[in-house]
Amino acid sequence: MDKLIQPGFGLIIWQAVIFLVVLFLLTKFAWKPVLKSIKDREATIEGALNAAEEAKAEMAKLKSDNERLIKEAKVERDAILKAANETAEKLITESKLKAREEADKEKEKVLVAIENEKRSAVASLRKEAADLSVEIAEKVLRKELSQKPAQDALLDSYVKEGELALLN
Amino acid sequence: MTAGVFAALGAGLVAIGAALGIGKIGSSAMEGIARQPEAGGKIQTAMIIAAALIEGVSLFAVLVTLLAVQAG
Amino acid sequence: MKTTVTYVGNWLKNLFIIAGLTSLMTGVAVASESHGADHGHGAHGEEAAHGHASAEESEDVDITEVIGHHISDGHDWHIIDINDHPVSVPLPVILYSSEKGLDVFLSSKFQHNDDGKVVVETKAGNRYVKVHEEIYFASEKANAHGAFVEMDEHHHPVNAKPYDVSLTKDVAEMLLGVSLMLVIFISVANGAKKREGKAPRGIQSFFEPLILFVRDEIAIPNIGKKHHERFMPFLLTVFFFIWINNLLGLLPGAPNLTGNIAVTLTLAVFTLVITVVNGNKNYWLHIFATPGVPWWLLPIMVPIEIIGIFTKPFSLMVRLFANITAGHIVILCVIGLIFMFKSAYVGVASVPFGVFMNALELLVAFLQAFVFTLLSAIYFGSAVEEGHH
Repeated sequence: MDKLIQPGFGLIIWQAVIFLVVLFLLTKFAWKPVLKSIKDREATIEGALNAAEEAKAEMAKLKSDNERLIKEAKVERDAILKAANETAEKLITESKLKAREEADKEKEKVLVAIENEKRSAVASLRKEAADLSVEIAEKVLRKELSQKPAQDALLDSYVKEGELALLN
Repeated sequence: MTAGVFAALGAGLVAIGAALGIGKIGSSAMEGIARQPEAGGKIQTAMIIAAALIEGVSLFAVLVTLLAVQAG
Repeated sequence: MKTTVTYVGNWLKNLFIIAGLTSLMTGVAVASESHGADHGHGAHGEEAAHGHASAEESEDVDITEVIGHHISDGHDWHIIDINDHPVSVPLPVILYSSEKGLDVFLSSKFQHNDDGKVVVETKAGNRYVKVHEEIYFASEKANAHGAFVEMDEHHHPVNAKPYDVSLTKDVAEMLLGVSLMLVIFISVANGAKKREGKAPRGIQSFFEPLILFVRDEIAIPNIGKKHHERFMPFLLTVFFFIWINNLLGLLPGAPNLTGNIAVTLTLAVFTLVITVVNGNKNYWLHIFATPGVPWWLLPIMVPIEIIGIFTKPFSLMVRLFANITAGHIVILCVIGLIFMFKSAYVGVASVPFGVFMNALELLVAFLQAFVFTLLSAIYFGSAVEEGHH
């Protein structure tokens, strides 16, 4: 077994020579091309991935732009609608107010006219009544002087007449 | 003959020591990986390196026992 | 990074399915190998061949010998014995010495003899013998045991030795492994070139995740994005060299290449050299004037740091060697139990256990390649780290 841990001279020489030759050959014909192709492929893949990432970012940007535009449009629409509503409401209230004012004014005018008429009517009635009473009083006084019963009858008829006239 | 017996005993002791060491590394590494699975790769490499170092020491010891047998 | 991990995870799952099948085959084949190996062993086998009376005796298996034979390098690639006749692939023996010059012949000339009894005489008149897979210059006369070598009191030959740079079974295996690597990775590279910028297909989609794994899990985290590219070829080559040869070593009859200390030594020396060569100002500063250490401690710290430069690759060397060799020894021991107890019933227990061990070895094959590469990357990382003081 002692040979086991004594390196053989010949094998060392062979191993060194063969290993160096293989190292040279493989480096030249295998490792360099393979590593280069792997590197190239990785670069391609990385490039593709980057491009995809960029496209994705672009898409996201476009989407967010769109969303922003839609949002803005919505806001604008809402604002317009709101303004229109407000205007309409205002118009309605205003017209209502105006109408009521007008009506009130008309009413007042009519009331005033009625009052005036009433006042003039009362005044004229008062004058008529006064005239009539004066007239009656005159007539009564005249009859009184001639005959008592006739005078009474006459007074009655005059009062009736006066009443009728007043009523008419 | 005596040298052989003692060398075998020595090799046995080496095996016990190395087994303890590598067992400790293995258990700790597994604990570590279970706790942090995302660090598994790094832990594995470190584990192999540490195990290799212990193995190196035990191999030196085996070599010494081998030499002891030859020395008679 | 996460996807790479999942990918490798799925991939390992597939591996385990293959593992089950392969280990089954390996178990059977290792059994046949260990059965055969005792016969091929020198005098013992030869004596057995003389008379069938002693055949019963020759069934005694020296498991240690079998295992030793399996896990060490050899001059021929011994596969199996059929009816006491060893079947092996002869490999070229290449010897050199300054006085006698260069000699090349086939290992079959030793006629499977491994204890110095068969002398090979070359055209130049040089005589060689092989004892325990070491080649010596043969003595003029045979000694008392019939071997052409002089032995010292420990039964070690004292004859002079030539430089042995034979193409041994480990070298043959290594050539096989690296040819496989070249075929695989050049076709992966061709696929990558053909399908520029497209998804990988076929063999390419099997190995590209692994290459990515080495880059993303080993190189970049430990060396840093700035410097990792410089070390990628070495890391990838080491990773796949170790892994593929680990796997090949698990095949029936295959030699134990990555469990050979010469191989792991060379790999570790490469790591050491690359670390030292790439060491920047900060790296050397850490060794010769560790920041934050009081000056009077430096006489102690500097030698420790300098020793540290060498112990790191030394541990790399020993780790790979010991893990792979130990795996092979355990599997062979488990299978060897059948032959030690001379009972097929032992197989009921030892074959499933052997299968299990083989599956485990498939995991170890990957893990050791990973650990070697990871630690190399960490050492490189410490060499090129920028100071942050």
